[in-house]
Amino acid sequence: MFRLLLIILVVALCAIWYVGRHAGWFGSVSFSPAVSLLVSIMLGLSIVWILILTIRGKFAERRVVFLYVGIAVAMPLFMSLTQKVAISSEAQMLYDYLQKVPPGSKVLVTFDYDPPSAAELQPMAESFLRYGFAHDFKMIIFGLWPQGPQQANLALTKILDEPDIRAKLPVYGVDYVNLGFQSGNEFVIQRLGSDFKSMFPADYQGTPYDSLPLVRNVRNYANVDYSFNLSAGYPGTKEWVLFAVDRYGLKMGAGNTAVQTTGMYPYVRSGQLLGILGGMNGAAEFEQLTGTLAKGTKFMLSQSFSHLVVVAFIVIGNVAYFMHERRKGKRSL
Amino acid sequence: MRREVPLIITAIVGVVMVVQYFIPHVPFSKVSNWQSDWFSIVAACAIWLGALNLFKTSLQKIFSRRGEWGYAVIIVVCFLIVAVVGFAEGRDFRNPGTWSDWIYNYVYSPLSSTMYAILAFFVASASYRAFRARNLDATLLLVAAFLVMVGRVPVGDVATGFLPEHWRLSDLATWIMNFPNTAGQRAIMIGVALGTVSASLRIILGIERSHLGGD
Amino acid sequence: MNTGIMDHLALWTAAFLTLGIISFLYRDNVWYKICEAVFVGASAGYWFVTYFWDNIYGKFWVGVFPGDPSRSPDYALLVGGALGLLMLMRLIPKIGWLSRWPLAFIVGATAGLNLIGYFASNVMVQVADTVRPLLGADGGASLYDVIGNVVVAVGTFTALIYFFFSKEHKGAFGGAAKVGIFVLMVTFGASFGYTVMSRMSLLIGRIDFLLGDWLGLIK
Repeated sequence: MFRLLLIILVVALCAIWYVGRHAGWFGSVSFSPAVSLLVSIMLGLSIVWILILTIRGKFAERRVVFLYVGIAVAMPLFMSLTQKVAISSEAQMLYDYLQKVPPGSKVLVTFDYDPPSAAELQPMAESFLRYGFAHDFKMIIFGLWPQGPQQANLALTKILDEPDIRAKLPVYGVDYVNLGFQSGNEFVIQRLGSDFKSMFPADYQGTPYDSLPLVRNVRNYANVDYSFNLSAGYPGTKEWVLFAVDRYGLKMGAGNTAVQTTGMYPYVRSGQLLGILGGMNGAAEFEQLTGTLAKGTKFMLSQSFSHLVVVAFIVIGNVAYFMHERRKGKRSL
Repeated sequence: MRREVPLIITAIVGVVMVVQYFIPHVPFSKVSNWQSDWFSIVAACAIWLGALNLFKTSLQKIFSRRGEWGYAVIIVVCFLIVAVVGFAEGRDFRNPGTWSDWIYNYVYSPLSSTMYAILAFFVASASYRAFRARNLDATLLLVAAFLVMVGRVPVGDVATGFLPEHWRLSDLATWIMNFPNTAGQRAIMIGVALGTVSASLRIILGIERSHLGGD
Repeated sequence: MNTGIMDHLALWTAAFLTLGIISFLYRDNVWYKICEAVFVGASAGYWFVTYFWDNIYGKFWVGVFPGDPSRSPDYALLVGGALGLLMLMRLIPKIGWLSRWPLAFIVGATAGLNLIGYFASNVMVQVADTVRPLLGADGGASLYDVIGNVVVAVGTFTALIYFFFSKEHKGAFGGAAKVGIFVLMVTFGASFGYTVMSRMSLLIGRIDFLLGDWLGLIK
């Protein structure tokens, strides 16, 4: 009964806030640097308290850990602290190569991910599209994941609405095109090496391939100057490297989910990949490099706090473990 | 018929894919292109098979009133709504402003995103309870994880801001990623590749038949 | 369709479903199970429709029956259609064995493609790149790069030794395998760090939706 009342109360508060926001009663909430610091200190002190409890043998319940993770992620979103994101060598490498791609180049942008990975990859996609439009790339978009082209459309809608990009008057079919999705994973990549049109007889909306000026003369990878792959798994960057980069000589950079990124480093070192952006951090790095700060950078504070909380809990668990081992050792003596 | 034909298909198709790599000319290129086209269609039918099988098993659950069959009703209803709306809207079903797009943005996306997002809580909880520096190997793992976790976010450089440039945590994390991580990942990559090559050979030669199941 | 009321409904639907999944953190409950069932049904429906329009219709049907006099029909696609149809026979237990044919096609094609692809890219190129000139191709490598080259070469070699189980890990071989384990442990540690980063990013995305898009608490 109590839980039900609590849920009703929370929903009612959310509804009031929602209505109030739309009616203009409330605005957004933002912590000043002093309040942000205070909140951070309080969070730190409470973690010390958890450490003391754990040393005493009282392990925090899993829901307490959940609560800390939630707070660590949510609180920084209200804070107005700024941080400088360090640029990794692989992100710099990607950016350096991109700068050598001349305006008017045909660039393949492949969206191999779905909504669960959008938090990491959507900021990268938006930044890349923004850069592409700003540098007059002719972008050919498609996905090997069914949700990919739809994620591309979400990013396109947002970027095309930005004043700087809108001023360039990009035309669908001439400056960019969304060819949609095709099943077949690495077989699609392999087939594109000989014939694009065979795999994409029409674009996302059913317009025949030959009716699209941008791709009319694009037969295979030989007609593409650069490729950027946004990937969250299979099929993704690995398959592109194996069947397009190594076999057909496609020049490619990639943006990956953090989970997948570690496995791609051998390709970066061997030069098969011309740079990589890894996870939210990669998105923030690319935003810094291109000079347009957006969601990737905004979320890095939450990312910092959440990592610190995980590190703190690992330390607490280990301190308790070693204390326990020491006590056990003393008893056995 | 039930075992021989599949084995012959596997061998022929596999050999063609291998040969076309070295001889990318007619007739191998032509056959390989056909195979890629066919693969694309068969893969789509395999997805259909999965979706239809889910539909079938959910219906069976409903009619036999097995277990929590009420949830099977929700599965069937949602499946039908999304499918009917998608078919009715035609090829443009994903365009902004359509009902399918609405379902994608406000039903499918939040559900799938949150399903994966809650793993963050379990990763933290499991780390607290089970991630222990019990020996040298585990300690190495733990230290590398620490350095990468803190070094890959701005707070790492804030904490080591007193150190000279190129010696901060972000640089250390970059070093770990570019060298020891690359070495380990490369070894795994080579090992997996050699395993894939041998498994592929066994499949093409008909030695490995487990994918065909029993009689 | 996108009237004001639909926008509100959209946000509340998304928030309801998001919170439903998050409620699992407290414990398994009806709200979560409903959301889970909606997810399963909607996903299956979405994939069903997408694969139909993009592949079965867009590629197969339009390919065989172009409906455009300037395009010639590609009858070779009929073989793919037939294989696809055989795949669906799995749903009929009596003739379910027919689905082995398309399955054999998929397995054979994948094996053939991967056999060379993996060997060329993940073995040949990787081995070639592991053994680099110590001082760089032009002899001007920095100390940082020289140390890095050594770490990559020794690390890859010793980690591969660890994976070699046909010989007992004793003596010098065992020592090398031990070094290999250390390298692998650092690799797994880095992977763990990145996994945490990934999971947290996804959570940040959802929290941003709840606090920003839905409640408007943050800008």
